[in-house]
Amino acid sequence: MVAPEGEPAGPVAGDGRQPRWDGPAIVVEDVHKSFGDVHALRGIDLAVERGKVLGVLGPNGAGKTTAVKILTTLLRPDRGRALVEGRDVARSPAAVREIIGLAGQSTAIQEELTGRENLDIMGRLYHVDAGTRRQRAEELLERFELQDAADRPAKGYSGGMQRRLDLALSLVAHPRVVFLDEPTTGLDPRSRMAMWDVIREMVGSGMTLLLTTQYLEEADALADEIVVIDRGLVIAAGTSQELKNRIGGDVLEFVVERRRSAEAAQAVRGLSGAEPIIDAETGRVSLRVGTEGSQALVETVRRLDELGIHTEDLGIRRPSLDDVFLALTGHGAADEGDVAGSRRDKRARRRSDRRAS
Amino acid sequence: MTTATRPALVALDIPSPPSWRRLRLAGADTATLTQRELLIWMRNPAFIFFTIIQPVMFVLLFRYVFAGAIPVKIPGGYVDFLMPGIIAQSAAFASFGTAIALARQLQKGVIDRFRAMPMARSAVLLGRLSADVVRLVVTLLVILGIGYAVGFRFHNGALPAVLMLVLGVALGLTICTVSAYVGLAVKDEESVSSFGLVWLFPLTFVSNAFVPVGTMPGWLQAFAKNQPVTIVIDEMRSLALGGPLALHAWQSAAWLAGIVAVFVPLAVRAYRRAT
Ligand SMILES: Nc1ncnc2c1ncn2[C@@H]1O[C@H](COP(=O)(O)OP(=O)(O)OP(=O)(O)O)[C@@H](O)[C@H]1O
Ligand SMILES: [Mg+2]
Repeated sequence: MVAPEGEPAGPVAGDGRQPRWDGPAIVVEDVHKSFGDVHALRGIDLAVERGKVLGVLGPNGAGKTTAVKILTTLLRPDRGRALVEGRDVARSPAAVREIIGLAGQSTAIQEELTGRENLDIMGRLYHVDAGTRRQRAEELLERFELQDAADRPAKGYSGGMQRRLDLALSLVAHPRVVFLDEPTTGLDPRSRMAMWDVIREMVGSGMTLLLTTQYLEEADALADEIVVIDRGLVIAAGTSQELKNRIGGDVLEFVVERRRSAEAAQAVRGLSGAEPIIDAETGRVSLRVGTEGSQALVETVRRLDELGIHTEDLGIRRPSLDDVFLALTGHGAADEGDVAGSRRDKRARRRSDRRAS
Repeated sequence: MTTATRPALVALDIPSPPSWRRLRLAGADTATLTQRELLIWMRNPAFIFFTIIQPVMFVLLFRYVFAGAIPVKIPGGYVDFLMPGIIAQSAAFASFGTAIALARQLQKGVIDRFRAMPMARSAVLLGRLSADVVRLVVTLLVILGIGYAVGFRFHNGALPAVLMLVLGVALGLTICTVSAYVGLAVKDEESVSSFGLVWLFPLTFVSNAFVPVGTMPGWLQAFAKNQPVTIVIDEMRSLALGGPLALHAWQSAAWLAGIVAVFVPLAVRAYRRAT
């Protein structure tokens, strides 16, 4: 579809011939995908309402990229179906491509070209006319704070700038649904924060966003809803609050002399419903404290002080992906060494749990 | 599965645009990508080195270092013998750029990005090859200029001279289709540049590009005489210097058409599968 003169392509350019779609902006039903005998997706279901942000949270190899590739028409599902604004990705891929934007796991910017040239060429490939393209490029360069670097080859950009340019490229044609595959992986904390700001600003204009991430914090900061996937299956879904409640909220953590760690753990037992966990090797004691973190913190200081136990690194931290996985599955996110058999058992149990409910 | 409890959603049925429209957009997309590839080429010092500086060094090396040791029995001497060969060899080597650019773009996800956009599927390959034609023309003209500076002359008139260049470009483009397949099938820039294109060396050096085939041992001659690069160079020499045209013209056309007929479908298939 070509954008009418002076108007952005995509959603705003509804020309009347576009059938209306009132369902969720993204629907995924029982999608399976295997590569040989690697079962990357084993029956995924998702739904994202228009204008919402879905965070897909999962460790390496969970199937995040595969899911994004299916939704962006780069791979066909083996089974099941996926709809983007009502358009079936397998049956009308061309119609899907008209309305989506994608920023993949590695940036697709061309390093020899300048930021502006990258944007202009993308615009041309979306068949946007020259005037609109120039205007749009200017707008995006400004929004993503790239004006100063706009006419320099992207090769010289910092990692954060390259990511921002890549994101800008995906927005050239005003997509209705945007897919970001691990938009901040590999960025330093400052650039990550900057990226979050940019993404937050992006949504809110009616755009639907699906982003994948390995960081719970990131999903928490950006997403309205989160699904957690592990080895090709959705193992939990809900708002970030719901998820955190299931995990048990924030974690109180401190380090004591190794020989006194048991004593210290005993002292904080009962501060929350959870059991303290001792890492015998480092003397680190951690305890899930829900949302009552500060109270627990004060109480911990008092009790340990009474016992004369000296602490280091005392503090409250947000739960990490590992905590999520520990809570949801009983194993850590990256714990590949787990015996395959026991994992299969867990999974079977999970499945039967779900069936029972 | 519990999905059955939800009312089934019926997907929208969106007709695809008419084919004339698709064809027009495919043309526009190809033009965009051609320009893009050329811009990248001009900005990349390594590409410039491989397509221009290296061939120039070859001309000088063979013209002044090896020439004395290679006896040829043609009136203009070795430089006239050499230039059609160097042109063919450089055209073939220019296809390095094709394979490397495609592998890199595939690896970096640029091609995936394109495929998630409403642009013609064919445009990536067509744009690449159109840019290669421009690249080949520029490269061959530069080499020809150097050739003239070191004593090369056409002896057979203007039209055959132009045809010789066209044939050189056609040879280069044909080999670019092979390289395109290699780049898309291997998918890894490092591998492509380290071993993906080794076949180019026997193809160009075990030929009559630099020395008459008669100086090679018998077993090698059998290959050197009958392989496509030799046949195309024979035709190019006849066009440049005068000589029999017909037989090698047919053979050249048949070889080039045959290679294209095999490797374009292979490249297209590799492109479809690569993600
Ligand atoms: N083209 C492919 N061929 C073979 N196996 C593949 C292919 N693509 C993905 N896989 C495998 O499928 C599984 C899921 O991969 P996927 O890339 O979707 O994971 P991911 O969640 O995106 O991981 P990461 O966080 O590392 O990006 C992995 O085991 C991966 O090795
Ligand atoms: Mg991934």
